[in-house]
Amino acid sequence: MKNNSIIDVVDVDFYYGTFQALTDITMNFEKNEVTALIGPSGCGKSTLLRLLNRMNDLIDGARLVGQVIFEDRNIYAADVDPVEVRRRIGMVFQKPNPFPKSIFDNITYGPKLHGVRKKRDLEDLVEASLRQAVLWEEVKDILNRSAMTLSGGQQQRLCIARALAMKPDVVLMDEPTSALDPISTAKIEELIDELKENYTIIIVTHNMQQAARVSGKTGFFYLGRLIEFNSTEKIFTNPEEKQTEDYITGRFG
Amino acid sequence: MGDRRHTSTHYEKELQELKDGLLYLGGLAENAIKNALQALVERNSELARRVIADDAAIDQLDSENEDRCIRILALRQPAARDLRFIATAIKINGHLERIGDMAVNIAEKVLLLNEEPQLKPYVDIPRMAEITQKMIRQSLDSLIREDVDLADQVRREDETVDNLNEQVFRELLTFMIQDPRTIRTALLIMQIAKNLERISDHAEGIADMVIYLVTGKSVRHNDSLEPKGRMA
Repeated sequence: MKNNSIIDVVDVDFYYGTFQALTDITMNFEKNEVTALIGPSGCGKSTLLRLLNRMNDLIDGARLVGQVIFEDRNIYAADVDPVEVRRRIGMVFQKPNPFPKSIFDNITYGPKLHGVRKKRDLEDLVEASLRQAVLWEEVKDILNRSAMTLSGGQQQRLCIARALAMKPDVVLMDEPTSALDPISTAKIEELIDELKENYTIIIVTHNMQQAARVSGKTGFFYLGRLIEFNSTEKIFTNPEEKQTEDYITGRFG
Repeated sequence: MGDRRHTSTHYEKELQELKDGLLYLGGLAENAIKNALQALVERNSELARRVIADDAAIDQLDSENEDRCIRILALRQPAARDLRFIATAIKINGHLERIGDMAVNIAEKVLLLNEEPQLKPYVDIPRMAEITQKMIRQSLDSLIREDVDLADQVRREDETVDNLNEQVFRELLTFMIQDPRTIRTALLIMQIAKNLERISDHAEGIADMVIYLVTGKSVRHNDSLEPKGRMA
C-alpha cells in the first residue's frame, strides 16, 4: 500500500442476500486524488462506492467480507459509528436531492445535528461551503429562498456544498452529472478539479470521457471484479487488460 | 482494429475505410517510386512526367485520409487502441504523402538526366529502390497484420539503404574528381539516391508507428547511434 493512501479496500467480497455483487476487491484510494470507477451497469462500481461510507448498511441482507481501512481503522469494525464514518466520508448522488428548505438551511442541517449552534459559526460555514462549491456568487443574496427554486446544476452544487459543510475528508460522487446539461456538467467537473486540493474524490461515472477528464486514477469493474486499476492516462491510451480496452473503445458484449 | 468489433457498426466501418484509404495511398506511393525508377533506368521522360502528374491523386487521397482522422477524433472520441490507431494513421498518412513527393523529386531529376548522356549503368540505385519499395510494402503489411516483428525488420532494413546511399556517394565522388564535366550528372544521381534514402526513413517511420500502435511504446527515437539522413 502507498503511504498517501486514505482508504484501503482489502479482500472485500460483498453480498446482497445470496447474490455476490463484488468479488475479491483490493484497491487503495490516494489522498487528494480523483479516482474514477467505471464499468457497465451491474458491474459493482456503485456498490463499491456505497460500501466506502457504509451506505449499503441501509439495505436488507447486505453483507461485507473483508476490510475497508480508513485512517488505520476498519470502518466495518463493531465499535465504529456509521454516522461518524458518513460525516468523514460524504456523498453526492446522481439526482440533486436538496431538502425542501432554504438554501441556508440545506447547508446548516447536518452541522446543526452535529452540534454547531452559534449563528455566526453557521453563517461562516454556509459562506465557506458555498464558495468551495462555486455557488456563493450566484446565491449569496437569496440564501433564504427555497433550494427547490435553483436550477438542476445549482442544486447539485448545493448538494456538494452541503456535503462539504460536514468537513469530510473524502467525497463520494455517484454519477453526479448524469442528470445535468453540458454546461452544468462542465461546472461540476471544474469544481471537482478544485476540490481535490483539499479533498479526496471518488466518482462513479457512466461517461467515460468524464472519467478521462476529471480523474487521475481509474478502476474498471466487470461482473463484480476489479479488472484493472491504473492511472487514467494509461487506461485511456494503453490499458493493460483486453477487457478494459474492449469496454472503453465500445467493443463490449 | 483488434479482433473484436465495435458495438457501433458505423464506427467500425469508418475505421475500416480509413485503413483502406491508407493502404490505397501506400499502393499509389509504391507505384510512384517504381515508375520513377523505371523512368530513370529506361531513360523514359514520358513516364517521369506521368509520375509528376499522378502526384495529384496522392495529395487528394492524403487530404481525404486526414479528414477521416479528424472526423473520427471529433465525433467518436476514440480511446486506447482506437486512439493509437488514429494517431498512427495521421502519421503514416503524412509519411506516404511525403514518399509520393520524393518520387516526384526523383522524376524531376530523371527529366534533367535524360538530357545528358548516361554516366554509368545504374546498379546500386535500382537496388536501393527495390529495398525501399519492399520496406513500404512490408511496413504496410505490418500495419494490417499488426506484426511487430515485421515492423522491426523494416526498421533494420533502413541501415542497408543508408549504406547503399553512402556507397553511391563515394562512387560518384570518384567520377567527379576524375572528370569535372560529370559533376552535373553525378549530382543529379546523388540527389536521386538521397531521395531514396529519405523514402526508406519514411518507411521506417511507418514501422515505428506500427510498433506504437500495437505495443503503446514509442520507439521513434531509439534507433542506432548513427545519425540518419546526414549524408550528401
